[in-house]
Amino acid sequence: MLHYDKDDNGIVTLTLDMPDRSANVWNQASMDAFSDAMEKAAADESCTGIVIASAKKVFLAGADLDALKAMAFGEKNAEALNETVGALSVLLRRLETCGKPVAAAIEGAALGGGFELALACHHRVVGDDPRIQLGMPEAQLGLLPGAGGTQRLPRLIGVQAAMPLLMEGKQVDPAKALQLGMIHAVVPMGETVAAAKKWVAENPTAVQPWDVKGFKVPGGGSDDPKVLNTFMVATAMLNAKTYKNYPAGQAIASCLFEGLRTTLDAGLLVEKRYFLKLLLDPVAGAMIRTMFLSLQDANKLVRRPEGIEKKAPKKLGVLGGGLMGSGIAFVAAKKGIDVVVIDVSEEKAANAVAYATERLDKAIARKRGTEEKKAATLARITPTTDYAALADCDLVIEAVFEDRDVKAAVTRAADKVLGDDALIGSNTSTLPITGLAKASSRPANFIGLHFFSPVEKMPLVEVIVAEQTSDRTLAWALDAVQALGKTPIVVNDSRGFYTSRVFGTYITEGSAMLSEGIAPALIENAGKMSGMPMPPLALADEVGLALMYQVGVQTKKDLGDAAPHNPSQDVLEVLVAQQDRAGKRSKRGFYDYGEAGKALWSGLAEHFPPKAEQPTAQDLIERFLYAQCVEAARCMDAGVVRAVEDADVGAILGWGFAPYTGGPLSYIDRIGAAAFVKRADELAAAYGDRFSPPPLLREMAEEGRGFYA
Amino acid sequence: MADCFIYDAVRTPRGKGRASGSLHTIAPIDLAKTVLTAVVDRNELDSAVIEDVILGCVEPVKEQGGNIARVAALYAGYDQSVPGMQINRFCASGLVATNYAAARVMSGQSEAVVGGGLESMSRVPMGASRGPWATDPAVASETMFVPQGISADLIATLYGYSRRELDELSARSQDRAALAWKEGRFAKSIVPVKDMNGITVLDHDEHMRPGTTAESLGKLKASFTQLGEQYGFDAIAMQRYPQVERIEHVHHAGNSSGIVDGAAAILLGSKELGERFGLKPRARIKGFASIGSEPTIMLTGPADAARRALKKAGMGVGDIDLWEINEAFAAVVMRFAEDLGLDHDIVNVNGGAIAMGHPLGATGAMILGTLLDELERTGKSTGVAALCVGAGMGTATVIERVEA
Repeated sequence: MLHYDKDDNGIVTLTLDMPDRSANVWNQASMDAFSDAMEKAAADESCTGIVIASAKKVFLAGADLDALKAMAFGEKNAEALNETVGALSVLLRRLETCGKPVAAAIEGAALGGGFELALACHHRVVGDDPRIQLGMPEAQLGLLPGAGGTQRLPRLIGVQAAMPLLMEGKQVDPAKALQLGMIHAVVPMGETVAAAKKWVAENPTAVQPWDVKGFKVPGGGSDDPKVLNTFMVATAMLNAKTYKNYPAGQAIASCLFEGLRTTLDAGLLVEKRYFLKLLLDPVAGAMIRTMFLSLQDANKLVRRPEGIEKKAPKKLGVLGGGLMGSGIAFVAAKKGIDVVVIDVSEEKAANAVAYATERLDKAIARKRGTEEKKAATLARITPTTDYAALADCDLVIEAVFEDRDVKAAVTRAADKVLGDDALIGSNTSTLPITGLAKASSRPANFIGLHFFSPVEKMPLVEVIVAEQTSDRTLAWALDAVQALGKTPIVVNDSRGFYTSRVFGTYITEGSAMLSEGIAPALIENAGKMSGMPMPPLALADEVGLALMYQVGVQTKKDLGDAAPHNPSQDVLEVLVAQQDRAGKRSKRGFYDYGEAGKALWSGLAEHFPPKAEQPTAQDLIERFLYAQCVEAARCMDAGVVRAVEDADVGAILGWGFAPYTGGPLSYIDRIGAAAFVKRADELAAAYGDRFSPPPLLREMAEEGRGFYA
Repeated sequence: MADCFIYDAVRTPRGKGRASGSLHTIAPIDLAKTVLTAVVDRNELDSAVIEDVILGCVEPVKEQGGNIARVAALYAGYDQSVPGMQINRFCASGLVATNYAAARVMSGQSEAVVGGGLESMSRVPMGASRGPWATDPAVASETMFVPQGISADLIATLYGYSRRELDELSARSQDRAALAWKEGRFAKSIVPVKDMNGITVLDHDEHMRPGTTAESLGKLKASFTQLGEQYGFDAIAMQRYPQVERIEHVHHAGNSSGIVDGAAAILLGSKELGERFGLKPRARIKGFASIGSEPTIMLTGPADAARRALKKAGMGVGDIDLWEINEAFAAVVMRFAEDLGLDHDIVNVNGGAIAMGHPLGATGAMILGTLLDELERTGKSTGVAALCVGAGMGTATVIERVEA
């Protein structure tokens, strides 16, 4: 667990080295081991000081998330949890008051509880490597640094500097940490232990600044008038941004507000209470599970079929130099993969090079790239009209116009030149893959790879398994997604797959509300308050009203009377067909887009007169979330999504579904299947069948089970 | 229930609430002493009959702290048997102090009580006492705190008051105040502030800007745009009022109340007090009330407070001849008048705080005195004084002039 070495000068080095793990973390076993070793050193009169180091690449990555998740989803008994939380905080307080000088020798990431350990040392020496991450990212997990982080950091660097680091969970490199005063020294890698020992030897009576009589918080404590203003503005800006959906930010601000007017020990007590409060809140567990554990699993390709050798693509083909094709080519080139981009003309194919150039130049302007890297990246992209260039590609991704005939034509052309093992992936967002695969002579090698726009920013790829897609194809496609640095979710083939299908219900609900006479500003504000990244009408404008209208018309044509009534189609009929308002690109949609920004189109009130009795925002928020949750549950019911975890990860990464919920299925679990079904039935009676829960949910309600447990 | 009468009402002039203001060199306790002394001296009263001094103060810290009412009474030379206490209902403190003084008389527990208030905003600035509402992250989040200026802009946005309308109302406040001063309509109540040597320091409201027009006000920059747009307070207000697409920032220094220094005192007593000391009652306290209202919009409480006070008095809106609504912000006056269906011809007829200023703890008692003076001047009978209050409250008092 850790190595205990005492040198000739009496300095004890505790080297963290957890067995069977790539990184050190805090859990009961490591805390016990650390406590024993520390007490041994403290009790040893010949011990002159303690140095803490790590035998691993990571210094200490924080708390064991599985353990945290277990606590978050365990019994929510405040009294019982109160007995267990805070143990690390007590341990670290003991460390800094154990009577020996203590220094941390950090040569790898020290995050969360890892950095809190460092903060409880009298001295922090860090290796000179900009890749070393230092900070306390707990806020991103819906938690707070609960082992003194909210109390020691501001006492070290002041409220103003500490607040954003803590509330946003920011991480910094050693140089920045030194500049901020979070650490004391940066020395060459490999020399931190020696430097730490030297400091310990020279400072036998080290005391933390906050334990010195007369200590004052740099810049003023939380009862200082200047600092009070900071709290007022920080709280407002936090709530303006998060709509009070994320309790961690406020809890952290409160720890500072309440703790920085008193002693460290009293502050630690306050911190413990807020930590417990967050642990009892459903947000932390949901975020830890989906945004960290499930995401990690997806990135590790847990959905990959077993027994198939790994094969990342060496050379990638992209059919179509449009926005998506260019984005995919750019991402691949950045990852060191050679890319051939095919289009009907040299100019169109060269779009991919222009796309990459523009972004690489921007990176250089922001000092995040170099001319050398740019040249190397661009050199990997080969634009051409010649399909023969695809011959040695491991994977070809089709990213042409959403038209079956066009897709079939390019697929056939690629098919002719590709080797037997090569895969063909289609980047369609809606067209069923099984149909598209028919254009290929090797449907077993055909798979859907749905990227999101802009490709270089959006982390998700929806991997769609068609009827004839082989396990080997799925395995290699997942390898390819991983090689591109993206997160895959695996879904089965159907119209709209998973993400497009569920995402659409949010926009539809916004339009439906408008047609009912709900004030558009109320709809938009409720959309934002629900935790969605954009309000529904503004989002519809972004997607394009004309496009959505055409899709609706086409669906009606395809399915005739069997087409389900889509309430948004009536609204689009008015805006697109009657009023020629096509969306943001034409500067006319639900909004008018002018130089001063956008404003809701004043004509909306005329075409959709607001009714006298308006619902509450809470009513609308519930409808937005339920509409999406019901559709996600239907996808589970129909076997569209293979794993519950993928449905939640895909929702948050794919279309930004309210992250505090942990995803639509986590949200259903949080409400409880029975309560959810009851409410969904009421909504269905009031607003239409789109809220009707699928059989799976009714079954779950009856059996009292959730998606996760 | 016993009758409670107003026997006298006095106030200091209002000095500009900054270091260059005339009253800045006068300590807050001296402002209080000025009105406490006047209210006994003018009535040749033995201070020992006064059974309490209740003073409102919104920032009761530093030299306004430590129960300034009791200390001011002692300092003003009141008999040591006169106790004192300071109360705080934010901007309505002066009126609430008066109401509580009246309640003591109406309950039969006191014969004479002085109510009033003080605020030296130049010496103990707004926000000096802090408190958790704006700054404690848990409290500010739970209560959806926004600064008052955002609330005022929200009222204007929600009820569709244009910048021009607000500026016109404000210019009218200046015109009315200027005329009132010219005609000496405040003369009965004003007690000039003198220094320790008896030299007059200020004998008029110095915050006024006669000649102000809606056009000149139209040139001023809105005050709360940055707070709202950059610091997130518009978004907070819209979370409580999601029907609003965006907050229009329409309030500025010229259509909001002025920051000033001043104090006021009102002598309240039973019928017997008048008989015993030969004092003539000037008005009867008919009813009063304070209410709580939605705290984010914050400033829409006074209409409901007035309704409740009228109900206690057994009266209706139509029974009232004159109204005083504190001009905290122009939109507050607009909303109050609209809510109660009042004609602006009987509202703030001698101007208000936009012209003359709003010394927080004192204003309630000041506007009650102004109302009484005007009822007497015009021979009218009934009046209501009301104020909007921070954190979503309202206070109102109904009075009826006693015929000579």
